[in-house]
Amino acid sequence: MYVAVKGGERAIENAHRLLAHERRGDRDVPEVSLAQISEQLSLAVDRVMAEGSLYDRELAALAIKQARGDMIEAIFLVRAFRATLPRFGATEAVDTGNMQVRRRISSTFKDIPGGQILGPTFDYTHRLLDPQLADGFVPELPATAEASPPAMPRVTDILGRDGLIEPSPSADAETPVGDLTREPLSFPADRDLRLQNLARADEGFLLALGYSSQRGYGRNHPFAGEIRLGEVAVEFFAEDVGFAVPLGSITLTECQMVNQFKGSATEAPCFTRGYGLAFGQSERKTMSMALVDRALRAQELGEEVLAPAQDEEFVMSHSDNVQATGFVEHLKLPHYVDFQSELGLLRKLRREFAEAEASSPLREAAE
Amino acid sequence: MNAPAYNFAYLDEQTKRMIRRAILKAIAIPGYQVPFASREMPMPYGWGTGGVQVTAAILGPADVLKVIDQGSDDTTNAISIRKFFAKTAGVATTTATADATVIQTRHRIPEAPLHGGQVLVYQVPIPEPLRFLEPRETETRRMHALGEYGLMHVKLYEDIARFGHIATSYAYPVKVNARYVMDPSPTPKFDNPKMDNCPALQLFGAGREKRIYAIPPYTSVVSLDFEDHPFTRYRFDAPCALCGADDSYLDEIVTDDQGGRMFVCSDTDYCETRQGQGHRGTEAAAPHKERPHG
Repeated sequence: MYVAVKGGERAIENAHRLLAHERRGDRDVPEVSLAQISEQLSLAVDRVMAEGSLYDRELAALAIKQARGDMIEAIFLVRAFRATLPRFGATEAVDTGNMQVRRRISSTFKDIPGGQILGPTFDYTHRLLDPQLADGFVPELPATAEASPPAMPRVTDILGRDGLIEPSPSADAETPVGDLTREPLSFPADRDLRLQNLARADEGFLLALGYSSQRGYGRNHPFAGEIRLGEVAVEFFAEDVGFAVPLGSITLTECQMVNQFKGSATEAPCFTRGYGLAFGQSERKTMSMALVDRALRAQELGEEVLAPAQDEEFVMSHSDNVQATGFVEHLKLPHYVDFQSELGLLRKLRREFAEAEASSPLREAAE
Repeated sequence: MNAPAYNFAYLDEQTKRMIRRAILKAIAIPGYQVPFASREMPMPYGWGTGGVQVTAAILGPADVLKVIDQGSDDTTNAISIRKFFAKTAGVATTTATADATVIQTRHRIPEAPLHGGQVLVYQVPIPEPLRFLEPRETETRRMHALGEYGLMHVKLYEDIARFGHIATSYAYPVKVNARYVMDPSPTPKFDNPKMDNCPALQLFGAGREKRIYAIPPYTSVVSLDFEDHPFTRYRFDAPCALCGADDSYLDEIVTDDQGGRMFVCSDTDYCETRQGQGHRGTEAAAPHKERPHG
């Protein structure tokens, strides 16, 4: 006798219990702490903050621990929490020109005011697995020098003084910056929303799209004008006191791409820009973002839109890994009733096909 | 650490108000997809976040909630969503279709007729019926605005030319209130006629795609077809093996690897109610007990 499938509730409880057990792993191995994750897996924490759109190292570390190191799952946890937070308002625009720079490089000029500062980078390491790290290795303390000048002019500002690069659009106090987490997105989208979408977008997706633009699918001749990493002050304009109150500082990575020039009979030619910005140290992300931002400006700059990276609807509709993973993985959910409906249709079509074939005069003739 | 604290039915009141506005607009324009600022929910996109947000926005403390997936109250995702609202809203839950004031569903419409005052909330993966004919949102919105549905009819016609039948067996497109072509969510087309002139309010939530749409009570809902190829329902031609019903949609159960099959009601509440009334199918012995849901 058949009894309809039951017991889903207990199955879920047991699955959660097993998951918690697996998350802990071998109980003889010491448990990893949030401080350890935050300090020693700091780039993972940065990515979760950036794509989770929430600047909180501790919560990001918790999410990574809870997600067993699955980055998209961790990003999802942070996003779901962020969605419940009340909004008090928006901060003043941060000034990356006044960043306390820890790393700053330009590939367009050999030397720049303030100098090239390599900072903590994998760039010139040899990728040889280091057995020393396996157990209790204590690295040397970092070398120190005189503090760098308080402010470093952005390379794009230097180019801008001579009109060699298009000016950055300045903020308009009358039109507030859009927020796609509060207003439904509609197309065509303005650049503020595009940049917000890209800032939250999956790093791998942006990397592939940026890469495709370099390989000719929407080529835009990029130069890394400047990449800078450091701390910027965050200020909030408090109505009560009538001035901007400092809230603290956050770590940001900014990438300014200098791209192929435009010009016309009436306009002198100048370089164009692509822009990338992310929480934490996220260089691959911000560089990819800048490439894709520039590619998405194709229409605005009078270029033909041919490649995926230039296609706003394609990019923005598929860049969010929380959305993407949800919909891909939802195929795990039961689809019995739809499948049954398809099965019924397919059986009917096959039956009709067989009947038609059996009674076909052509077939008889061939035999 | 910022310890989380949550509102009644999880969402904050500002978000609920925003969703209710979208719902009201959707009811005012039957079948029209209203964009709304969908939130990240604590379950993944594709798991019913649109339906969950609609339910959260309309749920009151006195409501009685039923959640089904594939017609069943006991599928894992239905249990998970029911528990979510039992926990965050503390509302009463039920498996009885007639007793529920709000029914959230994935892929089915209950067999028992719905009555006035009930709300059926559908979970919708792809709200745009024209999406697979035209991938661009900018284009499909224009097509809806102009009532330009020729492409859909061509698709249905091509099915007939190729297969002799309209080869859409679920998510079968309908026209609502003689104006908007609408995706009924991936319910089998067997359920389509239940949407027409239904006394209950039908709300559709698509979280990932950020759209809400609605069919107000007693609204005309017509499945698209042709005069010489009229719309037909599909149902496996057998009575339910457990309750003997010959009018319900059936799940096919594979019983062995020798080609053994049996067919039972996909709507578990309908099947259990009938068994409780003494109806029996070929396979039925004692009606199985539904455990109380937490």
